[in-house]
Amino acid sequence: MSKLAGKTAIVTGASRGIGAEIARSFAAEGANVVVNYSGSKEKAEAVAEEIRKSGGEAIVVKADVADADQVKAMIDETVKTFGAVDVLVNNAGITRDNLMMRMKDDEWDDVININLKGVFVCTKAVTRQMMKQRSGRIVNIASIVGVMGNAGQANYVAAKAGVIGLTKTTARELASRGITANAIAPGFIMTDMTDRLSDDIQQTMLGQIPLGRFGKPEEVAKAALFLASDEASYMTGQTLHLDGGMVM
Amino acid sequence: MSTVLERVTKVIVDRLGVEENEVKPEASFTGDLGADSLDVVELVMELEDEFDMEISDEDAESMSTVGDAVAYIEKNQNS
Ligand SMILES: NC(=O)c1ccc[n+]([C@@H]2O[C@H](COP(=O)([O-])OP(=O)(O)OC[C@H]3O[C@@H](n4cnc5c(N)ncnc54)[C@H](OP(=O)(O)O)[C@@H]3O)[C@@H](O)[C@H]2O)c1
Repeated sequence: MSKLAGKTAIVTGASRGIGAEIARSFAAEGANVVVNYSGSKEKAEAVAEEIRKSGGEAIVVKADVADADQVKAMIDETVKTFGAVDVLVNNAGITRDNLMMRMKDDEWDDVININLKGVFVCTKAVTRQMMKQRSGRIVNIASIVGVMGNAGQANYVAAKAGVIGLTKTTARELASRGITANAIAPGFIMTDMTDRLSDDIQQTMLGQIPLGRFGKPEEVAKAALFLASDEASYMTGQTLHLDGGMVM
Repeated sequence: MSTVLERVTKVIVDRLGVEENEVKPEASFTGDLGADSLDVVELVMELEDEFDMEISDEDAESMSTVGDAVAYIEKNQNS
């Protein structure tokens, strides 16, 4: 049985990395997928094309998650094309790492804007549709550093801790309407985002992971699929740690 | 064509599951009709859809009874 047959899912930042994998895995489980991106048009098109080739349904929509007008247009297009929005995965995110002493205001603002405000903007925009439907699943991709803190990532950690708090509030506000909200806090997952880190940093991180390896985007996608499916029907406001045991 | 009051009444009956005869002009959403704050937000959204208009948050806050909503819609409807 397909776990998301007939459902429509919007995955933000689905042109690359974890988001692309979530989009592919949701489509493989029968979902109509909206592949959102902000800059990587070709990559987003390629993800959608791959989904269609495997017999799935996908559209590509450009929208900056922090821009309410663009996000509203994306939701409207989704409803026009597929008739509903059953699942929202807030995955889009960036890093602008720096020690706090050196961090510039714009490094702080950019990350808070996309990683935290973006989740608020997208959640608010789908809520209207999901409330009407009396059902919906919101899955927020936070980060384990939002739980444990991380030197050199004040902006990112603040945003991700914020996402975890926002997830709990979303869960409480919308529970009576059949809408659940949960977060995933991945540890170190192999994508472009972590590729950029130096070998030294990667080795140091590896030493903190009990399972002794980095995670794969597919492993995050499996958890997202669980949270988006009926299997997680009695779970809301929670944060799943997917970090090889870094935080226990 | 139904009147504004009839259309508003229908939206309220559908959304709040109350009886039609309870929806009097002086009935307040939260006091008499048992709506919680989220119900009120939803009602406003549905009235926006029903009458194809935008109701700002400030205006929505000033509507506490059925009569307030009807008066607001009659005054601001674009037709
Ligand atoms: N990799 C990890 O180890 C790790 C760990 C914990 C949490 N996470 C979180 O997981 C999520 C995905 O990370 P990733 O590693 O897959 O990153 P990635 O490979 O760098 O991909 C980021 C994605 O976000 C999109 N994006 C960026 N800014 C956007 C905006 N303003 N509007 C819409 N889309 C935007 C990008 O699209 P364009 O290229 O089109 O701009 C891209 O598809 C992020 O929230 C990240 O914080 C990652």
